[in-house]
Amino acid sequence: MLVVERLARSGMPDTGFRLNNGACLAVMGPSGSGKTLLFRALSDLDPSDGRVTLDGVLKEDIPAPQWRRRVAYVPAEPGWWAATPAAHFADWNAARPLAQTLLLPGDIGSAPIARLSTGERQRLALMRALMGNPRVFLLDEPTGPLDAAATSAVEAVLRDRLAKGAAILLATHDDAQAARMATRILRFAEGRAMETAL
Amino acid sequence: MNSIALGYTDLALASSLVLLNAGLSLYLALGLERMFLVAALRMAVQLTLVGLVLKVLFAAASPGWTLLAALLMVLFAGREVMARQERRFAGLWGYGLGTTAMLMVALLVTVFALTTQIRPDPWYDPRYAIPVLGMILGNTMTGVALGLHALTTGAVRERAAIESQLALGATRREALRATVRGALRIALIPIINAMSATGLVALPGMMTGQILAGVDPIEAVKYQLLISLLIAGGTGIGALAAVSVGAWRLCDSRHRLRLDRLH
Repeated sequence: MLVVERLARSGMPDTGFRLNNGACLAVMGPSGSGKTLLFRALSDLDPSDGRVTLDGVLKEDIPAPQWRRRVAYVPAEPGWWAATPAAHFADWNAARPLAQTLLLPGDIGSAPIARLSTGERQRLALMRALMGNPRVFLLDEPTGPLDAAATSAVEAVLRDRLAKGAAILLATHDDAQAARMATRILRFAEGRAMETAL
Repeated sequence: MNSIALGYTDLALASSLVLLNAGLSLYLALGLERMFLVAALRMAVQLTLVGLVLKVLFAAASPGWTLLAALLMVLFAGREVMARQERRFAGLWGYGLGTTAMLMVALLVTVFALTTQIRPDPWYDPRYAIPVLGMILGNTMTGVALGLHALTTGAVRERAAIESQLALGATRREALRATVRGALRIALIPIINAMSATGLVALPGMMTGQILAGVDPIEAVKYQLLISLLIAGGTGIGALAAVSVGAWRLCDSRHRLRLDRLH
């Protein structure tokens, strides 16, 4: 269980919530309301105040790389540091079936990154996080640039992870997607964070 | 040694070339004449002052004054390194990082050369210490400045790539590895190129100077080799130190990329 208490940083309303294993919390609100800042604070990429624990372990009590392997953040605009998608994976062959499930072309592993579409990159970035089997996913608009078919493929994979006990924080602008995936909504509006049931 | 001493008329004759250039610039409306003359005048004044200072320093041959001169040179070099940064570190780090790296290298390499290779008596004899330090500083300055510049601009440019690696659980060392490697490469390429081209394209200034002063070419070459090796070593050490500490400063203990520490 991810427990967030009085999380505070500039540019984002103070917030607190509990996220059970196997649960998905949708994070909604206009652009610039602080969704991305919340994710960056939770993955400890930015300093913040407050208490964040995962299964009773305080964020500050374990090395940051270890925390981030448990709480994986997939940004809306992921970065790339090698020439091909395959080079971004410890074992691309092990990732191939997942690529197929996410409707990515079979030969995508060796395609130049610059040649890929935004939607392909978004799914590859999600794959990088999935392959690490984190306990919590922080997904910043993971299906923003995707068509309907790819969106359902991504949602099916995420539902499977939820069934296996992972927790998901899902930033989305799509009410229908929030309704499909989440049981509760954390809404950022007018400088406040409010959690509501769907 | 039989060098030909220059008279002031000789310099006046040489300066006629600069005047000629200024005249051409006026005639062709290039608008460069003012800058050209001011630069030449600045050079004349600065070099004359340096000559006077060196004369006094050499005559005094005191360790205290030599050390003071050396320190001032390092501080000026540090300012030059900072001035060449597009994104410099905030606060004291902006000036301190490059300056400290150069202070370390200058001290290390100059003392090493003076005490074990050139061995003047006393070893801090300013006639040797100051020119050697000057040549080492002048070159490591370029390496340190290029390395720091490439590091900070690289981190800003590659922010998404670095943070994506961090977000997947990479350590700061792993996430910055490519940026650090690129910065060191950029810092060291000029000195590598300079060594490769030395003698083929241009004769190094110091060697030329010694030859003009009547030194046997083989002896002048040996001196040049020594200095070039010191410079290459110093640039490598200085750039490595500045870039490593810079990379460390760009991240914090929670393995975050801290671009807020840059201006």
